[in-house]
Amino acid sequence: MRSVGSFIALNRFGVGAAPGDEARMGDDPRGWLLAQIRPDAPLPHRLREFRSSDEIITGIYTARFEGAEARREAVRQAMGQDFRAELLARARNMTRTEGVLAERMVQFWSNHFTVSLTRGARNGAAIAAYEREAIRPHIFGRFADMLRAVARHPSMLDYLDNTRSVGPESPAGQRRRETREIETTLNENFARELLELHTLGVDGGYAQADVVQTALILTGWSHGGYRRGGDERVHGRFQFVRRQHQPGDKTVLGVTYPEAGEEEGLSLLADLARHPSTARHIALKLARHFIADDPPDAAVAQLARVFQDTDGDLAQVTAALISLDEAWADPLAKVKSHHDFIIALHRASGLRLTRETYFQPLNLLGAYPFSAPSPAGWGDRAEDWLGPESLMIRLEFARAFAGRLPGTLIPAEVMEATIGPVAPEVTQTWVHRAPSGDAGLAMIFSSPEFQRR
Amino acid sequence: MLNRRSFLRLTGTGLAYAGVAGALTASGAAFASAPTDNRFVFVFLRGGLDGLHALVPWADADYHRLRPQLGAPLRPSEGGAIDLNGYFGLHQDLSALMPLWQSGELSFIPAATTRYRDRSHFDGQNLLENGTGRPNGARDGWLNRAIVELNGGDRRLGLSLGPSVPLILQGPAPVQAWSNEQLPDLDEDFLQRLAVVYRHDPAFQSALAAAMGTPEPDMSADAPTRDNFVIAARAAADILAAPEGPRIGVLEMSGWDTHYGQPGRLPRLFQRLSEGLLALREGLGQDWSRTVVMVASEFGRTAAENGSQGTDHGTGGLAMLAGGAVRGGQIAGDWPGLSAAALFEDRDLRAVNAYESVFKTILIQHLGLDAGFAERVVFPESQSLAPFEGILRA
Repeated sequence: MRSVGSFIALNRFGVGAAPGDEARMGDDPRGWLLAQIRPDAPLPHRLREFRSSDEIITGIYTARFEGAEARREAVRQAMGQDFRAELLARARNMTRTEGVLAERMVQFWSNHFTVSLTRGARNGAAIAAYEREAIRPHIFGRFADMLRAVARHPSMLDYLDNTRSVGPESPAGQRRRETREIETTLNENFARELLELHTLGVDGGYAQADVVQTALILTGWSHGGYRRGGDERVHGRFQFVRRQHQPGDKTVLGVTYPEAGEEEGLSLLADLARHPSTARHIALKLARHFIADDPPDAAVAQLARVFQDTDGDLAQVTAALISLDEAWADPLAKVKSHHDFIIALHRASGLRLTRETYFQPLNLLGAYPFSAPSPAGWGDRAEDWLGPESLMIRLEFARAFAGRLPGTLIPAEVMEATIGPVAPEVTQTWVHRAPSGDAGLAMIFSSPEFQRR
Repeated sequence: MLNRRSFLRLTGTGLAYAGVAGALTASGAAFASAPTDNRFVFVFLRGGLDGLHALVPWADADYHRLRPQLGAPLRPSEGGAIDLNGYFGLHQDLSALMPLWQSGELSFIPAATTRYRDRSHFDGQNLLENGTGRPNGARDGWLNRAIVELNGGDRRLGLSLGPSVPLILQGPAPVQAWSNEQLPDLDEDFLQRLAVVYRHDPAFQSALAAAMGTPEPDMSADAPTRDNFVIAARAAADILAAPEGPRIGVLEMSGWDTHYGQPGRLPRLFQRLSEGLLALREGLGQDWSRTVVMVASEFGRTAAENGSQGTDHGTGGLAMLAGGAVRGGQIAGDWPGLSAAALFEDRDLRAVNAYESVFKTILIQHLGLDAGFAERVVFPESQSLAPFEGILRA
C-alpha cells in the first residue's frame, strides 16, 4: 500500500485491508468510497437466502401452540438456521466484499438502533433479519424512512417493550382497570429511548412529560403473534392494535397531535426525524465513529447542516462525511471495534471465516454480534475497546490466528498491504526481526496501527 | 499458565506507564506498600434495580396501593419476603443473605441514589461513575481518582473484572484486570518485543502494562458454575485476598431494567447476586472482616407498577452494604414513605439519601482517603452531601 489515503479508506471507512485492495481502488480513495454510495444497491448475494422476520417469528409463535417443548425446539432451530447462519454469512460478506463502506454503515446504524439479545429477547432469532429489513435498505436512503422502518419492526417493538404498553384510557386499559384494578398500564421504555437514543439525544430538549406523551402516542404499535388457537392472523409484521391505543390529543415538544390512531405515531416520527436536535445528535455520533473520539466541532456542525438541509438524506450525509478534511487528517485516531478487528484479521490473511474464528474471539471479548449491553449500543471511544483484558484477548487470539495461517504468507507483504504507509520504523523492524513467519504476522496484527483506524 | 502474568516482574522498569501513574513511578513511589489493607468491592447493577422489589416495604398500605399486582405476593405472610423490622422485608430470593443480616454484616439504605434526577440509564450510569454530579462531567472515574491519591505506587490498587474496564475505574491510575478467557497464553519473548513496539502508542502501552500485572486467581477448589457474575466474584475475592494484590474491585451485573415481567425475572437475578456476594465472603476469608461491599444501581424505578408487571425508570433506589467492616443489621438513612405527597414528581420514590455520602464514607473512613481530597477532587461540588455516620464499624 502506497498512500495513507488508501489506509484510511480501507480502515476508517472500511473493515480492514486485503491484499489487492489498493490496486482496485486506484489513485483516488475518496472517489472510490463515494462511488460506493449506492442507494439502490441490491442485497449482498450471501444474505439473499435467509428468511424474513415475519416467517421466523410466525414459526416460533406457531410452535408455541403445540407446547413449550415445540416452542423451545423452534427457537433453537431459528437461532441456528436463521440467526447464527446469517451472522456468519454477514461476516463472510464483510471479509470478501469490495463494498466495504456499506458494511460499515450497516453496522453504524444497526448499533444506533440497537436491538440486543441481552434482554432475553423472545424474538432474538429475528435480529439479523431486523437489520436486513429495517436498516440495510436505508443506509443511503432517508433517515426518516429508516426511523419508521425501525420503529415499526417487531424486533424493536419487542426489545423496548412497546408491545406491552397500553393506554390507560384505551379499551384494553379500561378493561384492566375494571377487571384487575390496574391503574398504570403505560410502558415508557421505547418512547424514552426513541427520544434519547434514536432521535433528539439526551440533551435534545425534551422533558419527562414528552416521554409520557410519546409513549401514549405509540400505544398500540405492536405486531401479531400473540394470538392463541392456531389463529391464522399470527404473524411477525407490524400491527396497530387499536384497543391498546390511548384516545385523545397528545402534545410532544409543544406540538399537538390530534387523535388519529396509528397516524399520530407516523407524524411524530416524521417530526422527530427533521428536528434540529436529531441532526446534531446524528452528526455527533457519525463524527465520533468515523473521525475522532472527540471530533472537531466544525466537522460536527457541517454534518448537522447537511443532515438538516437535505432532510436527512443519508447518501448526502455520508458523502459529506467522506469529504470532510478532518476525516483524512489523522489515520490512527480511532481504535477498531472488536468486531472489525476480527474481520480485519480475516481480510488481511485471506483465511476463510468460520464459526470458530469468528464467534470464539467475539465471545471472549464480550462482543458477540447484537449483544450490546444496553439499548445505547456499543461504545465508541478508545476506552471501550482497549481495556487491558480486551487487549490481551485480542493479542492472544491474533497470535493463535497467525499460527494457523499458511506458511506461504510473507509477513513483509502482509504488512505492506495492511499497515504499510502508517507503520513506524519500530513496528517494521520488529516484524522483520520476528523469529518465525507466524510470529511476524502476529506482530503485524498486534501492532497499534493494525488495531487502529 | 503464569507466563503473561509474571511478565511485569521480569521486565521490571521496561514498561513506563502513561500519565499520572508514570509520574508516581518516576518520583520514587514505586514499590510502596499498599496504603491500606482494607478491601472495598463495588457491585454495579446496571439497568436500574427496583429497590422496592428487593427491600420490600410490605407493611406500607401505599406500597400495595401503588403495586397491587407486584406487591401482594411479597408479603411475609405469602412467603414472598422475610420480615426484617416489621415494616421492611427482604425478598425471598435474597434469603441466602439472611445469615449476613443476622451476624450484623449486611445493611440497607433505601431511597438512595446519586445527584442524577433524570431518567436516562446512560447518563445516570455515567454520572454515578464519573462522580462530578453531571453526566460526562469527567472523562475518568471517581474510584480511579481516589486510587491516584491513595498512592499505591507500583501497586495496582484497583481491580476490574471482565474484558473492559468500566468508567468508574478508568483514569490515570493503572488498574489490574481479569476476565474469564481460555486462549493460550503468549510467550514472553513475543510480549517483550511487543512492549517495545507499543512504546510509541501510550494508550496501547498502558493497557498492555495493566494486563500484565494481574495475577491469576486460584479457583480450582470452587464448585463449577457457568454464571459469569459468580465466576467474576470468585476471581475478585481470590485476587483481592492476595497479600500484595489490589484492594478495590468493581463487579458489574446487568439485566435489571425490568420494564416487564419482574416477578419472573428478578428472582434469578437476586439469586445470582446473593451467590456472588457469598462468594466474596468465602473467597476473602479472614479479610472479609475488613471488607466493605457496596451494591448500587444508577437509579430506582417508578413507585407504581406499570401495566406489564414491571416498573419504569424512576429515582430513589437502594444501596446494600455487606462485609465485616459494615455496621450491619440495620436499615440506615431516612425513609420518605410512599404517600402521594412524598413521591418525587408524583411518580418516584424520593431519593433522600445520597450515594455520594456513602461513597465518601467508604473512601474516608474505610480506605483512609484524605477528606478534603474526597470533597475537592473525587466528588466535586458535593459538600452538602456529608458522609454518613454509623454505617461502618469504628
